[in-house]
Amino acid sequence: MHGFFETDILSDMQKPFYVKVLLVVTLLLGINAFAQEKDHSSSEEKGSLKTEIKEFIGHHLLDSHDFTLFTIDEEKNEHVGFPLPVILWDNGLKVFSSAKFHHGESVAEVDGNYYALYHGKIVKTDAEGTINYDEDHHATNVKPLDFSITKNVVFIFLVSALMLFMFGRMAKSYKTNAMPKGIGRMLEPIILYIRDDIAIPNIGKKHYKKYMSYLLTVFFFIWIINLLGLTPLGVNVTNNIAVTFALAILTYLITTFTANKNYWKHIFWMPDVPVFMKVVLAPIELLGTFIKPFSLMIRLYANITAGHVVLMSILGMMFIFKNWIGSPLSFGLAFALSLLELLVAALQAYIFTMLSALYFGSAVEEHHDH
Amino acid sequence: MEKLIEQFSFGLFFWQLLLFIAVLLLLRKFAWKPILDAVEDRESGIKDALAAAENAKKEMQNVTADSERLLQEARVEREAMIKEAREMKEKIVTDAKDLAQAEADKMIKQAQLAIESEKKAAVADIKNEVATLSLEIAEKVIKGQFSDKAKQMKLVEEMIGDIKLN
Repeated sequence: MHGFFETDILSDMQKPFYVKVLLVVTLLLGINAFAQEKDHSSSEEKGSLKTEIKEFIGHHLLDSHDFTLFTIDEEKNEHVGFPLPVILWDNGLKVFSSAKFHHGESVAEVDGNYYALYHGKIVKTDAEGTINYDEDHHATNVKPLDFSITKNVVFIFLVSALMLFMFGRMAKSYKTNAMPKGIGRMLEPIILYIRDDIAIPNIGKKHYKKYMSYLLTVFFFIWIINLLGLTPLGVNVTNNIAVTFALAILTYLITTFTANKNYWKHIFWMPDVPVFMKVVLAPIELLGTFIKPFSLMIRLYANITAGHVVLMSILGMMFIFKNWIGSPLSFGLAFALSLLELLVAALQAYIFTMLSALYFGSAVEEHHDH
Repeated sequence: MEKLIEQFSFGLFFWQLLLFIAVLLLLRKFAWKPILDAVEDRESGIKDALAAAENAKKEMQNVTADSERLLQEARVEREAMIKEAREMKEKIVTDAKDLAQAEADKMIKQAQLAIESEKKAAVADIKNEVATLSLEIAEKVIKGQFSDKAKQMKLVEEMIGDIKLN
């Protein structure tokens, strides 16, 4: 482990100047954070610290109803951030500020109904905030339909606005100039890459155009939102199964509704195989059409979640190994992993786009002899 | 898996789907279509320009070949013209020579004829002169030797014989 750390630093020596500067700055910040935290955690036991870190990671991975940047004091319930609107459908629309929950400490009363936060979810309770459990220790309280603008929704809004702004400007710059200007210089090669190396080879020259909008949007959406997840704000949107499910279901719907006769023929009545095999293959192929987008959903979700869990666990190790070797070591590991996560952010966007294009390609494939 | 289902937030799913589709439609109209069209236009523009350049090059080659051919033709024509001119010159010279010869021959002939007739005239003149002279002589002789008739006759005869010879 120590050797790995050293080679990592050595290889950094050969990197450009700005990388070195960045390294030093983050190193200083890391030491600073460590120094601040040390006094706080030294009084506590190691076991409880581990649980605390685990809980923190678990909490970090979940969506939340308020925008908390950081917590000053857990006991005194002091947080820096701002509340977000809560929108519920519970026999009528209920809109109120998440400040009413006081970060899950208190029960919110709206129009005579009482709501409480339970593991990040809003449940309906009585005035005391009682949570009823069944024998498997699951809450049995009624969960109203929650359309709240959560932290993740805020980020989806932000990324949407950012994309509209960036690409709208880029599109406008083409009106006066044949060559892209400003940010378009960076984005155009990526757009061309998606067209020439993802869409055209997988879908074919004849049909690729109608899928370009989706492929481009999904690529940039996943990429940008993954990158934002790596910023200190650390809001992970793509590690929510609901988000990846929404994206995967779009790929599934587009594949299904644009599929030609040949595609369905290959599912229900596979050509060039005996009749018995046709019957056996049909349900397998049909199941395959669901498994494909399902794998898209799980892949994106699992990659981003795993990246964050490992990254935060390594950061957490800093507070457990409170000695001169442990902290730099876990810092180095975290740094290396952050670089890897930068790659993963783009890679997962690429894979999602690539596989979507592959499924679209199979949907519009023309009949040809095998 | 159970945890995943428990974690699933319908609200987030709803917002993600709604916002993503909205962004997709907006971007399609205001960004992707203009961007891809612009890029495609540019690419086809470059392709056209390259094809035009290639065509121009070919045309240029054709023009060069044409001018080369014209030059060759002009050269051949020039040579033919020179040849023709030379031939014509020779012909003219020959013709002129022939004509001059013929004229000269004709003049010579005329001159000869003239000389002949002059000679004849001269001979006739001489004859007349001789006859006159002879008559004069004869007169003188006759005048001088009128006494001798026989002698006179003889002389006349001799004279007439001489004239006959001529």
